[in-house]
Amino acid sequence: MTGTVLAPAAGRPAARFRPAAAPGTGAGAAPVPSFGAFVAAAAASGRLVVQPRMGFCDPALMRTGLERTKAAAATTVGTLTIDSYTRVGDEAAARASLAEGVPLNGYPIATHPAARTRRLLDGLLDDTFPVQVRHGSSRPESIIRSLAAAGLDATEGGPVSYCLPYGRTPLRESVDNWARGCELLAALVPAPRVPHLESFGGCMLGQLCPPGLLVAISLLEGLFFAQHGIRSVSLSYAQQTDPAQDEEAVRALRRLAAEFLPPEVDRHVVLYTYMGVYPRTEHGAASLLEASARLAVRAGAHRLIVKTAAEAHRIPTVDENVRALETAASIAVLTERHGMPDADTADSEVYAEARAFVEAVLDLGADVGRALRTAFARGYLDVPFCLHPDNAGRSRSFVDRGGRLRWSDAGAMPVAPSLVAGGRAALTSDGLLAAVHGLAARYDTAAEPALTG
Amino acid sequence: MKILLTGTASDSHTWNLVYLQLFLEELEHRVVNLGPCVPDDLLAAACRRHGPGLVVISSVNGHGYRDGLSAVRRLRGEPGLGAVPVVIGGKLGVAGAQDPERAALLRAAGCDAVFDDGDVTALRDFVTALEALDVFDALPDRATA
Repeated sequence: MTGTVLAPAAGRPAARFRPAAAPGTGAGAAPVPSFGAFVAAAAASGRLVVQPRMGFCDPALMRTGLERTKAAAATTVGTLTIDSYTRVGDEAAARASLAEGVPLNGYPIATHPAARTRRLLDGLLDDTFPVQVRHGSSRPESIIRSLAAAGLDATEGGPVSYCLPYGRTPLRESVDNWARGCELLAALVPAPRVPHLESFGGCMLGQLCPPGLLVAISLLEGLFFAQHGIRSVSLSYAQQTDPAQDEEAVRALRRLAAEFLPPEVDRHVVLYTYMGVYPRTEHGAASLLEASARLAVRAGAHRLIVKTAAEAHRIPTVDENVRALETAASIAVLTERHGMPDADTADSEVYAEARAFVEAVLDLGADVGRALRTAFARGYLDVPFCLHPDNAGRSRSFVDRGGRLRWSDAGAMPVAPSLVAGGRAALTSDGLLAAVHGLAARYDTAAEPALTG
Repeated sequence: MKILLTGTASDSHTWNLVYLQLFLEELEHRVVNLGPCVPDDLLAAACRRHGPGLVVISSVNGHGYRDGLSAVRRLRGEPGLGAVPVVIGGKLGVAGAQDPERAALLRAAGCDAVFDDGDVTALRDFVTALEALDVFDALPDRATA
């Protein structure tokens, strides 16, 4: 039996989770909506916040998507995913597509007038329903201006995570753009409002990157945001191939955040349901989603961004998204939080590796943006399979027999590659295909109740 | 044969390009991989610089019909690039299935083949046929016929 059966009927209006008023807001004062405070309050009352990836070019459909997200039987936050023309800064193409009636793959926030986006959010965006803008741009300025003009204050990205996997903007430029972007967001969303930024560093190319590097990049981007005036951040980690290794990674991220982020910076960990090649079968997709919800609760991530059963085939519908949100929420409720007080402080393999990366970068200087650039130039950070010209491209990874992601070649990075008797054969196209499809195949072929992750 | 492999202007996906590079190299071709998010100008400049025997465009973000059309038109409008074989494949629209009308537009603009998502057999057959044609073209008796 899958979790979908346990979920309440889709569309049933749920009482919205309402966080307690922040200190300083007296009785009668309208609470100031804040993305970070909403997630913190949900976590304090034992609820996992779930969130879709959702973007439509048509404002009416986008509003329906947000309404349905808000009404889902789950503690949700909303998403406006931006189309990829706006993401690469080609607003002319976004405008032309709208005029030609060619459907875009997201909401063109910089093309629609701010008043239109405000109308789309009217009556939906409030202290019980924060909405985040998700995009993927190495030039975020116009997106940040547009979201602030529409009354929004939460978005995501990062100088490395929205540059290396996503195109050809030089890393130096992306670092400058994101420094300005952080400062712009902080200026356009003044106190008492609290702008929120999430690092996409825990995803990078989505798969085949060993967790230690993902954790380190996410933490370093969080530090970068804080250096540029952001006081509420989330650090991400994308589910990979092994539940135990993933749990180490989420715990390592939480511990490193406690050790390295300034104490006044609000933070939480957000988990992404698997971002690689997704299972094609309904039951495979559902069990992978369910495994991610269990992982989030067990390891102490406070927010989960879900994937749907349609993921392997096309851009999901609103219905499919709502189903995924409710499935994840119902599984989260059924998952016991493990006490394991020692697990957060244990020097796990992932923690040790991530800490080695973080220290190697911070040793290069106090300015995190500059240190990140130097680290990539010297190959201290080197994302496997990333084709960006500013990535050294000497590292390689593999999935070991037990399912853990490991380094077969570490290039100039401060970690040791795994030793394999007789060496490793060169990677072939079939080998790559098997590696990127490995997890999906495991979930597609598993008998339904198996792989409880 | 030298093959120029490229993503489209708005497409940030990389795995398709990493895979296709390995696939084409195993067929013993030299591959120049331009990576993701390649604007038309860069593609045209790279074509002039590398003089490839084939251009392979791969897109999976749903904007492939539109971006591919723009790329092919740009290449076909460029002096000296009117005849270089150009093929495209992947998830070209936001719907799951191939759209025959928009595929026909790509062919009309000068795309030599439009492949379905994942149909690397068709790509291999095309590359093999193209190579045979190149060898045939290079035969002295044909050159003088």
